[in-house]
Amino acid sequence: MRNTLGRVVFKMKNGKVKKFFKKLYRYRIFLLMLAPAIIYTLIFSYYPMTGIVLAFKKYTYKGGIWGSAWNGFENFKFFFQSGQAWTVTRNTVLYNIMFIIVGTFTQVAVAVFLTEISNSRFRKLTQSMMFLPYFISWVIVGVMAFNIFSSDYGFMNRIITFFGGEKITFYTKPQYWPFIILFFNIWKGVGYGSVMYLAAIMGIDTSVYEAAAIDGANVFQRIFRVTIPMIMPTVIILFLMSVGGIFRGNFDMFYNLVGNNGLLFNYTDVIDTLTMRALISSNNFGMASAIGLFQSVLCFITVLIANKLVSLYDKDYTLF
Amino acid sequence: MANNSPAIKIKRGRDVIILNIIAYSFTGLIALLCLVPFLMVLAGSFSSEEAIIQNGFNILPQDFSLEAYKTVFKEPMVVIQAYATTIGLTAVGTLFGLLLQTMTAYVLSRKDFEWRNFFSFFFYFTTLFSGGVVPYFILITRTLGLKDSYFALLLPLIFSVYNLLIMKSYISAIPDSLVDAAKIDGCGEFRTLFQVVMPLIKPALATVGLFIALAYWNDWYNAMLYITDKHSEKYPLQYFLYKQVNNIEAYKKLIANNAISSSVVSSMSLPTNTLKMALTIVVTGPIILAFPIVQKYFVQGITIGAVKG
Repeated sequence: MRNTLGRVVFKMKNGKVKKFFKKLYRYRIFLLMLAPAIIYTLIFSYYPMTGIVLAFKKYTYKGGIWGSAWNGFENFKFFFQSGQAWTVTRNTVLYNIMFIIVGTFTQVAVAVFLTEISNSRFRKLTQSMMFLPYFISWVIVGVMAFNIFSSDYGFMNRIITFFGGEKITFYTKPQYWPFIILFFNIWKGVGYGSVMYLAAIMGIDTSVYEAAAIDGANVFQRIFRVTIPMIMPTVIILFLMSVGGIFRGNFDMFYNLVGNNGLLFNYTDVIDTLTMRALISSNNFGMASAIGLFQSVLCFITVLIANKLVSLYDKDYTLF
Repeated sequence: MANNSPAIKIKRGRDVIILNIIAYSFTGLIALLCLVPFLMVLAGSFSSEEAIIQNGFNILPQDFSLEAYKTVFKEPMVVIQAYATTIGLTAVGTLFGLLLQTMTAYVLSRKDFEWRNFFSFFFYFTTLFSGGVVPYFILITRTLGLKDSYFALLLPLIFSVYNLLIMKSYISAIPDSLVDAAKIDGCGEFRTLFQVVMPLIKPALATVGLFIALAYWNDWYNAMLYITDKHSEKYPLQYFLYKQVNNIEAYKKLIANNAISSSVVSSMSLPTNTLKMALTIVVTGPIILAFPIVQKYFVQGITIGAVKG
């Protein structure tokens, strides 16, 4: 009895293995085509994941990832006790909340107004102008910010003094920077972001507008009762997706606008800039990886939550 | 949009006028705000240093001077070198990146490949969780030993899951019957991909290709991490700009020492603020000129990306 059972299990296993190899052979060309991408992803994405053990080690150059000694939660302790943990996490989240709310609002408004503009030349020209910032690097944006906010030659101080005000040394006054950073974030993303909402508006059935017109809706009713409700699904999906990235700071932007200007850090330091400083300036690999892991875990959780919310809202849009 | 329908025309009353005023002024204002920083850099680059020191930056040039551009071109080799690096990286990276992404997307969109969901998740998971910047840094600099190598600038950007998803959604839209017909005619997978599928997805190739190209063109981050100052000749364009703008005195010294012109120049006599602006324009120029041609492909890509995540 036991013997036959064993044989059956063996046979089943054998069958499965055989089937697997059969498929392996059948898919050999597919697998060959996938091979470069698989190897790349293993090396550049999956292998670094094992490096998170560094967060629990005292990194030495000689020891590398595997040879360095363990030091438990020392790196995390250092990070949390330095007082920076709370500041950078708060800044990252608050900035992202601001970007999401103001960004969504501006992009939707631009999309709605653009579709209402009947002069196609004006529409195309303004849309192109808004798209322009998307194409340049943050390095160039950093130069532009200096043009506007430098205390001696900046355009902003020119305006302020023109109206009889006192010059402001923006690069030493952190309280202005949330607004400056918000401005450039919106500035760079408005053309790019509004395209998605424009596409959603273009997808609305024109018969809905005709029906609204027949019912005597004025243009404002048309916008608030037809256009906005009809693009709400897109707005909500994109909103939830950006909520998934709420613990991710845009290093490119913060570093080029603020740089290593310590005077501003209290208002401008985000998780990503702190990690990079720990890595590059102070060579504190242990703390940098502790912060990195802290962020990766938070990001992972928020993405899962956001995705769950998206799936509750509309199953078709779930990412996995 | 519905403005053409007769029902609206009858009702063209005060509300339409008010909306038009709001719509035109709002979009006009935002578009203007988008353009102003560009104008400021341009105006600054054509101003004289004295005008900037006296009045600061402005939207319109206060006087006309080519001094800043002349200074940049006193030592053109460093700029040309940075351009060559970026153009080379962009060309190679876009070509191989596109090939890699198309090939992968093709396999993942084949419905007769039963393991495609497993592999899709294999790629997709990397966007959800990552080891973070430190292990990646150690991988590039120590495990692979790519410090100061062009590969450190090329490899990190060559493959992206977002581009893969865009490509996959384009290829999935091709009817299966076309691929099946190619197979019946005796085409192998590679031939089907290159001779049947690729010609059908030319817009996708343009869109994804431009996304990849823009990522390479605007990259400064990888150079900051992996190219040390000793090898400044390997700086790509954006990082070159970053370095010079943030250390303009060193750049002025470099120009003064290497100046082609026979007259001895002292770095003190060279402009500072306008030089930054002129260098920025020299670096930004080509992308602004290419912009009208490539814009529509980006619009396409974003729309697809939005729908398919």
